[in-house]
Amino acid sequence: MSKAHSSAVHTPSDRLTFHLAEEHHPESSTLLGFWIYLMSDCLLFAGLFATYGVLGRAYAGGPTGAELFDLPTVALNTAFLLCSSITYGMAMIAVQEERKQQTLMWLGITGLFGLGFIGLELKEFTHLILEGNGPQRSAFLSSFFTLVGTHGLHVTCGIIWLVTLMTQVSRRGLNAVTKRRLMCLSLFWHFLDVIWIGVFSFVYLIGAM
Amino acid sequence: MPTTAELIKFIFGRLTIDALPLDEPIIMGTFVMVALGGLTVAGLITRFKLWGYLWKEWFTSIDHKKIGVMYIVLGVVMLLRGFADALMMRAQQAMSFGSSHGYLPPSHYDQVFSAHGVIMIFFVAMPLVVGLMNLVVPLQIGARDVSFPFLNNFSFWMTVGGAVIVMMSLFIGNFARTGWLAYPPLSGIGASPDVGVDYYIWGLQVAGIGTLLSGVNLVITIIKMRAPGMTLMRMPIFTWTALCTNILIVASFPVLTVVLALLSLDRYVGAHFFTNTLGGDPMMYVNLIWIWGHPEVYILILPAFGVFSEVVSTFSGKRLFGYTSMVYATVAITVLAYVVWLHHFFTMGAGADVNAFFGITTMIISIPTGAKIFNWLFTMYRGRVRFELPMLWTLGFMVTFVIGGMTGVLLAVPSADFVLHNSLFLIAHFHNVIIGGVVFGMFAGINYWFPKAFGFKLEPFWGKVSFWCWLVGFYLAFMPLYVLGLMGVTRRLSHFDDMSLRPWFLIAALGAGVILVGILAFLAQIAVSIMKREELRDLTGDPWNGRTLEWSTSSPPPAYNFAFTPVVHQQDAWWDMKTHGYQRPVAGFIPIHMPRNTGAGLVLAGFATACGIGMVWHMWWLAALGLFVVIGGAIVHSFNEDRDFHIPASDVIAVEGERTEALRNVA
Repeated sequence: MSKAHSSAVHTPSDRLTFHLAEEHHPESSTLLGFWIYLMSDCLLFAGLFATYGVLGRAYAGGPTGAELFDLPTVALNTAFLLCSSITYGMAMIAVQEERKQQTLMWLGITGLFGLGFIGLELKEFTHLILEGNGPQRSAFLSSFFTLVGTHGLHVTCGIIWLVTLMTQVSRRGLNAVTKRRLMCLSLFWHFLDVIWIGVFSFVYLIGAM
Repeated sequence: MPTTAELIKFIFGRLTIDALPLDEPIIMGTFVMVALGGLTVAGLITRFKLWGYLWKEWFTSIDHKKIGVMYIVLGVVMLLRGFADALMMRAQQAMSFGSSHGYLPPSHYDQVFSAHGVIMIFFVAMPLVVGLMNLVVPLQIGARDVSFPFLNNFSFWMTVGGAVIVMMSLFIGNFARTGWLAYPPLSGIGASPDVGVDYYIWGLQVAGIGTLLSGVNLVITIIKMRAPGMTLMRMPIFTWTALCTNILIVASFPVLTVVLALLSLDRYVGAHFFTNTLGGDPMMYVNLIWIWGHPEVYILILPAFGVFSEVVSTFSGKRLFGYTSMVYATVAITVLAYVVWLHHFFTMGAGADVNAFFGITTMIISIPTGAKIFNWLFTMYRGRVRFELPMLWTLGFMVTFVIGGMTGVLLAVPSADFVLHNSLFLIAHFHNVIIGGVVFGMFAGINYWFPKAFGFKLEPFWGKVSFWCWLVGFYLAFMPLYVLGLMGVTRRLSHFDDMSLRPWFLIAALGAGVILVGILAFLAQIAVSIMKREELRDLTGDPWNGRTLEWSTSSPPPAYNFAFTPVVHQQDAWWDMKTHGYQRPVAGFIPIHMPRNTGAGLVLAGFATACGIGMVWHMWWLAALGLFVVIGGAIVHSFNEDRDFHIPASDVIAVEGERTEALRNVA
């Protein structure tokens, strides 16, 4: 809100101003817009979690979570993703200090952690499918693959986006546009971490019990 | 070396020459008509060399007003298709008695009622509602455009893409035979192995992404872009209803995305979400889709309520009665919309306690809705009511919607619903609220804001013909269905043995014919208005003596909407300006910062549509290519930083100078 506005509102009614003489600049909406989008994404995951909640014990005579999940691998996976959130945080600190090279370095490390996460997840999925425990085996496995896979798909998109932004930062430096985009990706990346904590506890830990 | 057969299979997937309806005269006839119509339009555009104009000024436009108009045009065009389906159903049900089996075989009839529902909700009601919000909201809040103009263009083309996919099914392959919500196991791969359900899924997925993004866009626009001084409780009611509707969109469309994605996994990958075997649960689909579907009902009706609020207040010459209660009623409906979904399937067997909960929440919704009706009545009370077209539609709505609301409360009683569910009583009820509410609201809105969008009013004679035909036609077409429903006739039947039912179906068919006249009269109204546009011209920008900010600028508004951003001091900001003798500034213009047009939205949406079509026909290369170009294109677009420009002050001076001149001539 500009100064003119606040002064206009408080003028006595006989001298009301009904327009601004200078250009009106509403503050940028991108971050809030992205935040609202993330909330809709959150509801998408809510739908998948609810589905898993309903079908997560529908083994149909097939294997249960306790028989399938390899918790040490999942722990490593989780460690990768949590570390990547920390390194993204470091990248944002570097952004605030306007250090381009450092930003790129931390973003690169974040991407590597992300790739590690995806790699481990793919390994787990391949293993399950090759043993005949794919999404076709039971409703439990259908909902498991969909929930975990959707998260993985999001991380993959995040990595593609990260590479795009690294290219833009290295070409154009840290300007208002790239900073805003890094901030959006930061929200996205941490959001995926939060979702993963839900997946980890709700699917793997409880499922392994 | 792949054989030719393998190569053809790779390129065309499961699309073969048999998919073309060459042996079905009705469909081929339709195809010829549509093709001829399309070629005529394309020919005329070429003849008058309008492609360049359309591309530059409309298709690539990021101007919210033009996008709004394009949405409304899409809605009206699709209304013709959806209504053709309705006529076919009415004709079939009027004919198909006893030994006669009508003219539609059941497999075709099932596609017709499925397509009718899908098209009317997703590609008629939604584009009309979203279009009106796009057109009006930024003007009402004194903004230059929406928050994300490029995204707005992209959302529109995604909606078009969804419509294209659904329309394609008419001529290539077939559409779902499952009803408009495609319940499994009927929509599963076992019972529906062909492309029908896939057309349904991908049409809705593509359009749904557009709707979701447009929802995010308008929420942010309303939160962030309001003119200085316009606090939330000073927003026009239409903007309030738009805010609530878009919040509902953002919070419910992801669930539709999920449920359709799960259904596709069942169909494409062999997953077991909704199957009857290996642990799947078909009722979960019904739950999930109505968790989206019930809010959807309010997504459609809330903006219509907003239109009626604006219209009643303007044409009664009074401030809206009970503004605050109107806002709270809207918000209450928004919240309650999420806790009533189970009333769509009381017969699922959830138990008396669950049914009682959802029955009661459903009845509670009628309280804020009733409050709104009283607010409109009290606004009219002692007002100087002008019976212009928008007001006629509003009065028609108030009578009709109350009836529909009451039958809704009746259906909300679970024990009554056990008798009436899936009957024609239900069909009559929801057409009663959707036609009487949403459709009447959209016609009121179109008649009300048309002069704002184009600078001349709509012609009243044909408008009145249209209104009365719709009103009378509605009662003729749907009151018999209430009777039939009470007699136990269920929905979606293509044949009846009991001849005593026939008179009611004949009356209903007559009603559909009257509505047809109403639709044709509406088209005539548009045509006559364009021909007589000089007589109907409005130079003031305020033809109805309006109250809100959109009437303070010229009609049609300039690209930048307002030369100077308005400052708001109370509700009905423009009325306030008029009563204070506000003088429009004629000097001191400054350059205005605006976003630049781009074709990126159309191209990206085109490839997303291609991806959907590839998925339908198992042309995996096309699906992969479409997806790849969408992602790659979005990345390339993110490198484009030449997105905005300044309208030079000299241009603003020229445009505003013309308006000053026009206003002087009027005075």
